[in-house]
Amino acid sequence: MHEETVYDALTAAHGDEARWAFGTGFDDPLAGVDTTIPEGVDPADLGGYCLMLGDDALVLSQRLTEWVTRAPELEEEVAMANIALDLLGQARLLLSRAGSAGVLGRSRERAGPGVPDEDALAYFRDAAEFRCSALVTAPDGDFAHALVRLLVASTWRLALAVRLRGSRDPVLAAIAAKAVPELTYHRDHAARWVLRLGDGTALSHRRAQDAADAVWPRTEGLFTATDVERRLAGAGVGVDPAELRDEVRDVLTRVLARAGLLLPPWPADAPPRGRAGEHGPELAPLLDRLQVVARAHPGGTW
Amino acid sequence: MSDLTAEGGHGAVPTGPDVPVTPAAAAVRRDWPLWEVFVRGKRGLNHVHVGSLHAPDPEMAVYAARDLYTRRNEGVSIWVVRSADVTASSPDEKDPLFAPSGDKVYRHPTFYEIPDDVPHI
Amino acid sequence: MSIDSPPAPAGPAADGLAAQALQRQFEETLAADHRIEPRDWMPDGYRKTLVRQIAQHAHSEIIGMQPEGDWLLSAPSLRRKAILLAKVQDEAGHGLYLYSAAETLGADRADLTDKLIEGRQKYSSIFSYPTRSYADVGVIGWLVDGAAICNQVPLCRSSYGPYARAMIRICKEESFHQRQGYELLLTMMRGTPEQQAMVQDAVDRWWWPSLMMFGPPDADSPNSAQSMAWGIKRHSNDELRQRYVDMTVPQAEFLGVTLPDPELSLDPATGRHRFGAIDWDEFRRVLAGGGPRSAERIARRRAARDDNAWVVEAATAYADKHASEPRS
Repeated sequence: MHEETVYDALTAAHGDEARWAFGTGFDDPLAGVDTTIPEGVDPADLGGYCLMLGDDALVLSQRLTEWVTRAPELEEEVAMANIALDLLGQARLLLSRAGSAGVLGRSRERAGPGVPDEDALAYFRDAAEFRCSALVTAPDGDFAHALVRLLVASTWRLALAVRLRGSRDPVLAAIAAKAVPELTYHRDHAARWVLRLGDGTALSHRRAQDAADAVWPRTEGLFTATDVERRLAGAGVGVDPAELRDEVRDVLTRVLARAGLLLPPWPADAPPRGRAGEHGPELAPLLDRLQVVARAHPGGTW
Repeated sequence: MSDLTAEGGHGAVPTGPDVPVTPAAAAVRRDWPLWEVFVRGKRGLNHVHVGSLHAPDPEMAVYAARDLYTRRNEGVSIWVVRSADVTASSPDEKDPLFAPSGDKVYRHPTFYEIPDDVPHI
Repeated sequence: MSIDSPPAPAGPAADGLAAQALQRQFEETLAADHRIEPRDWMPDGYRKTLVRQIAQHAHSEIIGMQPEGDWLLSAPSLRRKAILLAKVQDEAGHGLYLYSAAETLGADRADLTDKLIEGRQKYSSIFSYPTRSYADVGVIGWLVDGAAICNQVPLCRSSYGPYARAMIRICKEESFHQRQGYELLLTMMRGTPEQQAMVQDAVDRWWWPSLMMFGPPDADSPNSAQSMAWGIKRHSNDELRQRYVDMTVPQAEFLGVTLPDPELSLDPATGRHRFGAIDWDEFRRVLAGGGPRSAERIARRRAARDDNAWVVEAATAYADKHASEPRS
């Protein structure tokens, strides 16, 4: 190969599929999927539901991205970035679906024309308009906290996604079908680490236990349905999170037992405050960081 | 200033003799061992060596290999082998036993002495 | 080449003969443009020069995650965030492949990381500069990765097999990095006047450091001839720099930005561009650790190593405890 043409040849030899070494391709998992909202479903409910699940993914992805350039080893750097990318992909699809269901609210006018729905929702809502759970908003103290939280969040989300594959909304069903293998990987990755930290050194055991003790109370709202979830579950579109309780607790109990960690007490079910836009003070700084550039350039194109 | 070559990838780096390269004699840190990764891209093909990585144990090595070398393609088969467990001939069958560093590829730490005060062992 | 291996010679005289034979075989392999592989005999100088170059190339990839990584949390669209995350992750992978290549030469990744953190091995000076706006992400892709491609494409033919193979994979990915950067800049140049000004400002700050990436002029590179003879180096610093300038000037025109060099002009006789004098004092100061962000870059690597040492130890302890268990 002549030298000057090496670069061109490399470029030509790789279609979009092979653009990036790692992470997801950027192909559209919704190609060919009917995007009409199913009959008998209130679009506002569907949109609100997609916001809950999309915001969970977006905020957890942002927390994991905070680890990039700071992970324990290069191999773990790549793994955490992979997981963050998967969740970001899920967030984009869910926020787009929320947009097409018409729940943009004031974010549309704040964003201005030309900004895609997913970005209007991610960048031009304030904390009180976010619908994520308290589990994902918490900042990470250390690696043990990051991985224990990931274990809990991905176990819950996987249990949900498995059921959502049968949703009457074909878009939600397609998003869930794509997410199931991703979330399985996330959960297993987190579980492998929790085993190694719990059953590693005395120091790692203590840190893993501290992390579990800190994360467990944040599950209090995960199994309580909002009105939206109840209505959508009735319509065969969504899932009542109470249905997930036994499965999630069983998985977590087994992982902690194998890791030699004490199972912290399960908190009593509580109202899902995050789903109503009530968040702890930690969400606002996370969103400031997320939104600072987009908001500084109204009318900008990226 | 030692020689600086442009072909240091993202910019010139010094390559003169004042840049140390010899590993420290007694590593204080216990690094994860090195694993060689072999991937079978599809059925009907042999496993092919694609590179190496560091991992604490075989299970973690397999998953890291899937992340790094296959873009997490579930359809491919991966083998990992501890680099220290590979016995090799020299490519031209004249294994230079008397060569100064001929066997260094396999010199990665394989024996970790476990201190007596680590609990639960 | 003989298939039967001769009995290992003994005694100092025989050692000398054997050494000569090995040296001759090494040189014949190079002359035939064949690759040197890990188990081959190689001169000590060749081995050490390669470890220096590959290790510091790896360090550059890993430190190079930081300037762009600083914008990961603030990327202005979710699409840009996904692209940047994939790119920064690629760089971790590139560093990993390169450390692996260095390890085939007897180096040890943890030891190399220690040498980076202690300042005894270097990384590319370019990554000691700060990223001041999101346009810097685009300019790093366009100029810095563009310069890296000029450096790296010849390395795909490096005489050392593992290095050449790592570079082939890296070069493929790097070309997409450059394209995403240029595409971001094109998009921003179609945006608001503020966005256009951001792009020009970033070009003003990165142009000269990108020229420095090719290293000092050939006249100041005493060991280059040896590296060229070994097939570790394929082109001189000045040759590569000239190629980069000639490639970049038309791209700047198409983009609609001005490269900050009043002396930049096309020589109609040669078709090549003349350009102004590079501030090599700045280059040497930055390379020695005096860049605007040098201390911060190394501090983060140190923190990643030290703050997470307990994680590495935990996994090792777990592996030791469970080593004798049958695997599922």
